Amino acid sequence: MSATPILVSAAVLGGVSTFFGVCIAFANRKLKVWEDPRIAEVEELLPGTNCGACGTPGCRAFAEALNNGERQPSGCTVMGPEEVEDMAEFLGVDAGEADKVIARLLCAGGSDVAVQKAAYHGHQTCQAASAVSGGGKGCTWGCLGLGDCDIACDFDAIHMGADNLPVVAPDLCTACNDCVEVCPKDLFVLMPITQQLVVQCKSLLEGHEATDLCDVACTGCGICAKDAEDGVIDIVDNLAVVDYQHNHRAAQKAVERCPTKAILWIDGAQFPDQQVHKSGIEV
Amino acid sequence: MKLKDFFRNGVHPPEMKELTASSKTRRIPFPSEVVLPLSQHIGAPSVALVREGDRVERGDVIAEANGYVSVPLHASVSGTVSKIARGPHPNGSFSPAIFIKVDQFSAQEPRPRMIPDWHDLDTKQLLQAIQDGGLVGLGGAGFPTHVKLAPPPDQKIDVVLLNGCECEPYLTTDHRSMVEYPHRVHLGTRIMMRALGVKKAILGIENNKPDALEIMRKTVPSDLDIEIVGLNVKYPQGAEKMLIKALIDREVPEGGLPMHVGAVVQNVASVATIAEIFETGLPLVERILTVTGRGLNKPRNLIVPIGTKLRDLIAACGGLADDAAEVIMGGPMMGPAQGNLDTPILKGTSGVVVLNQAEARPEAVYPCIRCGHCLDACPVFLNPQAMGSLGLNMEYKEMQTDLHLDTCMLCGCCSYVCPSKIPLSHIFGVARAQLAAEARK
Repeated sequence: MSATPILVSAAVLGGVSTFFGVCIAFANRKLKVWEDPRIAEVEELLPGTNCGACGTPGCRAFAEALNNGERQPSGCTVMGPEEVEDMAEFLGVDAGEADKVIARLLCAGGSDVAVQKAAYHGHQTCQAASAVSGGGKGCTWGCLGLGDCDIACDFDAIHMGADNLPVVAPDLCTACNDCVEVCPKDLFVLMPITQQLVVQCKSLLEGHEATDLCDVACTGCGICAKDAEDGVIDIVDNLAVVDYQHNHRAAQKAVERCPTKAILWIDGAQFPDQQVHKSGIEV
Repeated sequence: MKLKDFFRNGVHPPEMKELTASSKTRRIPFPSEVVLPLSQHIGAPSVALVREGDRVERGDVIAEANGYVSVPLHASVSGTVSKIARGPHPNGSFSPAIFIKVDQFSAQEPRPRMIPDWHDLDTKQLLQAIQDGGLVGLGGAGFPTHVKLAPPPDQKIDVVLLNGCECEPYLTTDHRSMVEYPHRVHLGTRIMMRALGVKKAILGIENNKPDALEIMRKTVPSDLDIEIVGLNVKYPQGAEKMLIKALIDREVPEGGLPMHVGAVVQNVASVATIAEIFETGLPLVERILTVTGRGLNKPRNLIVPIGTKLRDLIAACGGLADDAAEVIMGGPMMGPAQGNLDTPILKGTSGVVVLNQAEARPEAVYPCIRCGHCLDACPVFLNPQAMGSLGLNMEYKEMQTDLHLDTCMLCGCCSYVCPSKIPLSHIFGVARAQLAAEARK
């Protein structure tokens, strides 16, 4: 048996590998893209949750923006104040100022105040219940209380309360938008914590039609609009709508005469007296 | 004789039609109030023409069509418009509706009107008369009939298919329409063929309705080319794509419509209403409706004014049985459960089914065992098992792009056969609703 085939194949493979090795060496020299090594270091300092709350697609993109000076460290809502300071020091820039933004639920119709017209027995998620003629709750706009937001929240900031409404923990919420996207009734909005005048209702029914279904519904009576300064509150389609462009003129006085307490002046968390419990729903 | 059906898959649930199959349709007493949502059809909602306090007679136009793919709405009772406000809609929302308080002392006579002779009308006038009559498909989706009868000029239609399958369990709406009003079905067919310029019609009836087959065959006018075909009983044969396959063996391409294979499909109840507007002059203000189920004391076939509340229908059928548990609008395979008895029936509501506790009991859901029964049942050859596992993880986009979610017609065959009781078609419906909501944003 001759050794020729072994030698030939060794020579061919050796030749090919040498050729490509030279190509790679050449490419490494000539096509190299210089990257600021600080980007990787900054990314290392960021939380790495890729939540997107800062408005860029993930932590890497935010690190690049920080490096270019397009954004300030405070743009990351997941980092605590100390971490923001550390980052500002590392980059030698001003930390910047940003109002804390958190998720607010525009419904206060918990199981103790809202009418349930039918029992829903199917797949236990809000999205599934919502697809069966609205979910069985009397108010078609209201929170179904099956906790899709609780599951969607990556930061453990949302837990279901005793009356089946989600309670957001302001210190844990990073305004990542996940709960906003998952809610089939579009009840979550992201709001700066300085916007304290909040209408916790989305019902478009009028007067007793609204209160027949829920004790804390906005009836569109317009008392809050009269008590507030001009232009702060408008009644649109039987619902009080706060114009946050005039937030600096908003005052607690507007909520005082609300007959159903649908409009509230919120300090910190919504539903502060709610006992939260972990929901037992698995996806 | 060898009976036809569509080629593969599908299921055969218990028919349950014996509850109402032989009961003659009866008119229900006029309710005290009707609710007429402005959105009862696919397309732009109608625009209200009346104001609070207006007196209306049965058959009066109370809302006009808003564009071409839209139809007007007519008062289904004589009475006074009590309010125009948001009211319950079968889709679960509160949508704008006209509430009419019925005049209990009125004879409920429509105003005298001219009845057009359809022989003298050209195609355009014919379609206009059909739109003015407020006609939509009565099978559920509510597609405006005049749009269906006016395909784009480049689509050559060579056959009209009439859907007498009524493959959903329980329902006998189409069945009774054929048995009691066969001449209306024939006349409606004639008008459809005239509007489309088609020479041939085929009527498919599942062979669990032998009386309908016999009567329809016996009453065919000699100058009408309509072939009446008995079909094997199989769900979902009444879905238009399945029916086309069963009757003329053509396959509608993915994302296509029946007109792309030269056919127009209409269910027999809708065909009969076409005849009705040229017979009585009355627009679509009432419909035949099966109100049935073992949760009801006296299941019946009724002639019901559009906008009657579920509550009134149940009262007309002897009230709820003690163990009534779930009220469904439409058939039990596809129809949505209702959460509010003040919800009105629409033009497209094909039945109301009240299930009892034994039928509606919630089943424990087990994990998927990958048995593949759902693949064997799916009439459009999808993979419900893979779609279901994506759906549970809310990966709706992938369901659409990789697994043809848009082809699914939510017929429910996969859920029906699943031994683990996974609510597959419900999950697909959720996925579709969420994708649609995202697209609107």
